[in-house]
Amino acid sequence: MVFELTDEQNMLRETVRNFAEKEVAPLAYEIDRDERFPIESFKRLTELGVLGITVPVEYGGAGTGYVEMCIVTEELAVVCGSTAATYADHAGLCIDNIRRNASEAQKEKYLPPLCNGEKIGGLGMTEPSAGSDVMSMKLLAEKKGDGYILNGTKTFVTNGPVGDIFVIYAKTEPEKGARGVSAFIIEKEFSGFSRGKKFEKMGWRGSPTGELIFEDCKVPKENLLGEKNKGAHILMSGLNTERVGLGAMSLGLARGAYECALKYAKERIQFNKPIAAFQLIQAKLADMAMEIELSRLITYEGAAMADMGLHEEMNLIASYAKLYTSEVAMRVTTEAVQVLGGYGYMKEFPVERMMRDAKLQTIGGGTSEIQRLIIAREILG
Amino acid sequence: MDFNLSEEHRMLRDSVYNFAVKEFGPIAEEMDREDILPDWVFPRMGELGILGITIPEEYGGAGSDLLSAVIAVEQLARVSPSIALSYGAHANLCANNIKNNANEEQKNKYLPPLCTGEHIGAMALTEPGAGSDAVGIQTTAVRDGDFYILNGTKMFITNGPVANTFVLYAKTDKEKGAHGITAFIIEKDFPGFSVSRKLEKVGHRGSPTAELVLEDCRVPVENVEGEVDKGINVMMSGLDIERAFFAGEPLGIAEACFDLSVKFAKERVQFGKPIASFQLIQAKLADMYTNIEAARLLTYKAAIEADKAERGGSGTEIHKLAAASILFSAEMATKVALEAVQIHGGYGYMLEYPIQRFFRDAKLVEIGAGTSEIRRLIIAGEILK
Repeated sequence: MVFELTDEQNMLRETVRNFAEKEVAPLAYEIDRDERFPIESFKRLTELGVLGITVPVEYGGAGTGYVEMCIVTEELAVVCGSTAATYADHAGLCIDNIRRNASEAQKEKYLPPLCNGEKIGGLGMTEPSAGSDVMSMKLLAEKKGDGYILNGTKTFVTNGPVGDIFVIYAKTEPEKGARGVSAFIIEKEFSGFSRGKKFEKMGWRGSPTGELIFEDCKVPKENLLGEKNKGAHILMSGLNTERVGLGAMSLGLARGAYECALKYAKERIQFNKPIAAFQLIQAKLADMAMEIELSRLITYEGAAMADMGLHEEMNLIASYAKLYTSEVAMRVTTEAVQVLGGYGYMKEFPVERMMRDAKLQTIGGGTSEIQRLIIAREILG
Repeated sequence: MDFNLSEEHRMLRDSVYNFAVKEFGPIAEEMDREDILPDWVFPRMGELGILGITIPEEYGGAGSDLLSAVIAVEQLARVSPSIALSYGAHANLCANNIKNNANEEQKNKYLPPLCTGEHIGAMALTEPGAGSDAVGIQTTAVRDGDFYILNGTKMFITNGPVANTFVLYAKTDKEKGAHGITAFIIEKDFPGFSVSRKLEKVGHRGSPTAELVLEDCRVPVENVEGEVDKGINVMMSGLDIERAFFAGEPLGIAEACFDLSVKFAKERVQFGKPIASFQLIQAKLADMYTNIEAARLLTYKAAIEADKAERGGSGTEIHKLAAASILFSAEMATKVALEAVQIHGGYGYMLEYPIQRFFRDAKLVEIGAGTSEIRRLIIAGEILK
């Protein structure tokens, strides 16, 4: 069974690849150094029509699917992890979640401005005391009058410092644990909503991360996303496609580092030969190439399953994709630094940034340890 | 075989560690952020007496063994790998090299201010086109009366931007390859010597790194270190000692990562328990402990053997043991640092937690002082002789 992209998908890849090389790559160093949101690239991605990549055309989307989302994410990540993260969070975590779970009225209200880049989207689930144990979240949503009052904090929210619209998970019935979680669509203008601190990070620096604070935040009842107390299901199935998207990002990071290392190994001369002539370097490049190919296969398998609507059946593949590709990204980027030697350690070469960006891949979206436990739970039945 | 440190070494270990925590703990993060080395750091280490740790007392040193130097760099690295690196380039690559290879006049002139910290030392071997292929250096030194005229560029030189005294390698006879290399002692004020640029690194920030340029640099004949065209011996045995010494730095990095990880794992509660309760986390901590113990033994052994060895370089036991020591210690430190960030989860990625700094710092030691690949080839070369 050979996985092949359609002609349209290949054209999309070429378009995004050219855009990434010409316009995203030149900004990568600066947005990393300055921890600056890639606003120029975000606007251009809007123009390319890829923000609402899984959204039907009638709401302003591209009308395509998860394979396309992965293609865009991957090609962006090859040159800039932060831009890829920004895109995937907006397009996947926020827009796609609304597409799948929102009412008609909510879709008509929120999807167009998110798809045309007028509004930036994000998602908040993690809290200071609820990371791997996300279901222990404490953000409270109390029914009050015609709506809800939210109290609590979300942390490590990608696009938190700049987002306009957030999918937020809160406890409508704390005593029921996971069965008391509900999802909401929050607008930054809601009274009682504010942004907390912005985090300074080792990598993903151009992707702004922050805290969101809810202090008697008034949320109209129309902004309940999906059914009350059924938010856990939305969260979990959102995680499946998030994991595939992260797979695409890890794949892109690994590819970018590998391409740098390959080029350098052919050009760098020591002992009168290109270092690519030496067995130890050849072995590193061979392992990189192999692991990237495997990463590509598992990621796109997951994307294809999601496109076929197999959201429940894809639990294992999604975890495999996330776990495997993130560990590959760490290995490949670290080895790329090694291949570049002293130059790999210098900021004037991109591989050290790729290594820093790669480290979050095994942590965000469910740590490698959690992925292993999810997989074990599935295989042990 | 007594695997315990002597009381003297234990006292040194504790006093350097406590000193590092007190003096350098408060500035470690800022040094990393701003990429600066405060100018009181070297004199402060001079006061503690560790800058000339292997230098005989008659020149102002402590007269201790290489194991003491390894312990000193290890303890510094537990707090600030950046300071440990600069310390190492000064005390080992420069001062110790001068102790081993310079003549009496040179030792009397250069060692005392290096021991007090009045002067900072460095060693310049690597060039833009000569990294792993160190013998391929292209800097030339041409005799002109009472001087040598040096021309060339040196790259990735630790302490380059701030050092007063450099041990520097150049080719006095290009035709002879390895056997045309001469070691020189260069002062930063020699005409024609300059720091062309300070390099920005991902880790070990604060330890200043430079590209140096020699443009018709005039070096007095008295500043030849050892014999003309015999610099290869200085270089090769210097490299063995450098490796045995620097293996202590990643050991300290790993120890810091381990300490931080144990603390976090006990304090961070998820699913109603400290994450230290979970098998996957326990396994990571156990592996860290095991590898650190192994690295410590190998590192200390190489340091002890290096002092006993009459010479280093090809055909000696220390040539492969020192390479093995830093090979293992450096790769171990990167793995431990990666797992340490992982254990800290999202917090491990934030600059407000020091663990990510140790991760960025760790990677360099797999590269500098001979890459892991070169270390493997050295070891194999000795095995197969």
